[in-house]
Amino acid sequence: MSEQLTFRKGLKDGLPICLGYISVSFAFGMMATEGGLPVWMALLISMTNLTSAGQFAGTELILAGGMYLEIAVTSFVINIRYMLMSLSLSQKVESAMTTLQRWVLSFGVTDEIFAVAMQQKGEINARYFSGLILTPYFGWALGTFLGAAATGILPASVRSALGIAIYGMFLAIIIPPARASRPVRRVVILSGALACLFHWAPGLSSLSSGWVIIICAVAASALAALRYPVEPAAEEGGETP
Amino acid sequence: MNYAYVLTGVLIMALVTYAVRVLPLAVFRKKIHNRFVQSFLFYVPYAVLSAMTFPAILESTSSGWSAAAGLLAAVLLAYKGKGLLTVALGATAVVFLAEQAMVLAGFPL
Repeated sequence: MSEQLTFRKGLKDGLPICLGYISVSFAFGMMATEGGLPVWMALLISMTNLTSAGQFAGTELILAGGMYLEIAVTSFVINIRYMLMSLSLSQKVESAMTTLQRWVLSFGVTDEIFAVAMQQKGEINARYFSGLILTPYFGWALGTFLGAAATGILPASVRSALGIAIYGMFLAIIIPPARASRPVRRVVILSGALACLFHWAPGLSSLSSGWVIIICAVAASALAALRYPVEPAAEEGGETP
Repeated sequence: MNYAYVLTGVLIMALVTYAVRVLPLAVFRKKIHNRFVQSFLFYVPYAVLSAMTFPAILESTSSGWSAAAGLLAAVLLAYKGKGLLTVALGATAVVFLAEQAMVLAGFPL
């Protein structure tokens, strides 16, 4: 019998995720208040979204006065990966999990929580999953608050350096799989190159960031899906970041 | 600040993000069988994060040079398989040191 999946074990397994989240959400809180949002608004965004890439992009769009449609489509495309993770998790949670528990717990599906949940042997229950979500959720909120509140206190040199933290996290997610798999490597290079083209090419640079991310990601993923269809064995979700 | 606009935007973000998470787990509870859709969904995370990182990372700090140094550090650390926290803080530290060096050398930031 493997280790019991208790609430307490969930809290403990969530701790490393929590620490990582504090540093990244710190950068988010700083970005939000530097853009002119009050501290409570930054906290509200973190506590209602709990998604790094999605809320960074969405908040930037809001600060730039983007259209509601653009905010909605950007959030959808950036977070569409959670759909795959939730699908995989739906096969992993015990069938005794109630519908209400599913409605509540699916709020906490993130890249890292998903990865840790999928590493467990056998089915996972609601007690363990809620513990696994709670610690990172607390860290995400705490880091946001500290970052938002510290904007006025931290020296400019530290604030400038922390601006790169979120991108460091993104690179840590995409580079190891890109190293291991040629199709993933090509997707990463193609999507990034397209985004650079939109940024620097005359005429194209007027398009706002949300649409650029959508176009580049959809084009690169669709091409790769046609050219390198994923084998059914890879669909279990264990390989998604 | 137009609070009505900002709050509506935040609400839209939160609802869309929640819908994407809750539908497969609580409502559909089924697996997608279409191979193209499966493959597409498999590649989307990498494509999204790459398009968000490039070239925005170069404008994430006070200077393109310090950002380039941070990018290089992040790529090296991630290539060696270091964790999220190590890569994020390593890149941050390199940017900080690069900018201190630039100030000392008299480079404008």
